[in-house]
Amino acid sequence: MKMPVRVYIGTPLRRFTGNLARVEVEARDVAEALDRLSARFPGLRAELFDEAGQLRRYVNVYVNNQEIEDLAGPNTQVRDGDEIAVVPALAGGADGAPAAPAREKLVRLTPEQVIRYSRHMIMPEIGGTGQRKLLSSSVLVIGAGGLGAPAILYLAAAGVGRIGVVDFDVVDLSNLQRQVIHTTDAIGRPKVESARDTVRRINPDVEVVPYNTALTSANALDIIKDYDVVLNGSDNFPTRYLVNDACVFLRKPLVDASVFKFDAQVTVFLPGQGCYRCLYPAPPPPGAVPNCAEAGVFGVVTGLVGAIQATEVIKLILELGESLAGRLLLIDTLAMDFRTVKLRRNPNCPVCGDNPTITQLIDYEAFCGVPVLAQS
Amino acid sequence: MAVEVRVPAILQSVVGGQKVLRVEGRTVGEILDRLDQEFPGVKKLLLDEDGQVRRHINIYLNDEDIRFLQRLETPARDGDIISILPALAGGGIHALR
Ligand SMILES: [Zn+2]
Repeated sequence: MKMPVRVYIGTPLRRFTGNLARVEVEARDVAEALDRLSARFPGLRAELFDEAGQLRRYVNVYVNNQEIEDLAGPNTQVRDGDEIAVVPALAGGADGAPAAPAREKLVRLTPEQVIRYSRHMIMPEIGGTGQRKLLSSSVLVIGAGGLGAPAILYLAAAGVGRIGVVDFDVVDLSNLQRQVIHTTDAIGRPKVESARDTVRRINPDVEVVPYNTALTSANALDIIKDYDVVLNGSDNFPTRYLVNDACVFLRKPLVDASVFKFDAQVTVFLPGQGCYRCLYPAPPPPGAVPNCAEAGVFGVVTGLVGAIQATEVIKLILELGESLAGRLLLIDTLAMDFRTVKLRRNPNCPVCGDNPTITQLIDYEAFCGVPVLAQS
Repeated sequence: MAVEVRVPAILQSVVGGQKVLRVEGRTVGEILDRLDQEFPGVKKLLLDEDGQVRRHINIYLNDEDIRFLQRLETPARDGDIISILPALAGGGIHALR
């Protein structure tokens, strides 16, 4: 008997459904429901099915939050009140999005992982496939300092499978006011080791790759190339330009942020859509901008901003929602004011413009007039 | 034409510690002139010798960078918001010296 069932349409597919998130159809099983859906919204058919009429491998279908793979596939019966969710796992290699691992490469979840990540997996936007994607993903965090510390904690808790951490510094007592991944008994230890040990206690699923070194023009490409997304928690201009240029050359998405006292700026640079040099073509002259040690930094702001960066990284990996690409988020925590301004790619940008003049990493100390000091 | 000028923390010391200023002027450039009359030296921080906005600073009219409008000639209207955004390095303890 045919039953009215609701079909939840994943965000990327809503352009075919006139922006409807939920559609009701009558069907006996999933295959019939998807067929009805495609009949009603013709553009959807090619999105859901290949030429042979098989459900595309990157389209995940759930019945009441269970993947149909784990049920009876397209033959899964549906009943009145059931909800089918149709969520594409990747947008087909959209420009700048990290490459989604092929399904066969995705890890299988253990029963313990199903519980650990259950609050993620119950959401159709993430589900089992999204969680497996996170576990198969890799993120490089530049600096285990104010921004990197909270970001690493959330990336680890979320189950990002491999987190690289670059920092040459050791934990100092004055770091602990904001660098929440480090503890008092870690003072004097390398930050990358302290971060790795904390992550182990939070989530043993996560592999932390420590790089106890400064990021330099000599090692940046080699380190960054092995990761899907880069999170910039660096605290100085030479490293900021170095990370930017390396990400442009390697076509890596970069989630960028900087903090000053009670204020912050956050954005995402996707390959081909502008870069840090489009925003700020040159650094301020040395001495023009006081550093955090001189000016101070409101510790919790770095927590807020690091968490926003982690949010953007996870959204990129899962291809969820709209990233901050093309927008600069301005945060004033004293007024608790959040707003965004537009960012554009500069066609004359020396690195990502139409006729780039900088095509390999340069001497960033000379470019900024200061030595590369740290990433924290 | 009164426009709201939002001053970043990093520059507030040069405008008497204020975060928001109301300034009259028909264009962004005119507003910066007024600002400089009241707080001498502001323009020098924002503009280079050629009168162009310094490359580590962006000036926005509402949500658009004036570089993509008419730069300092960009007309401003009552109620518009001008934001001054300098590049920030921070996140930790080391930065420019
Ligand atoms: Zn650029």
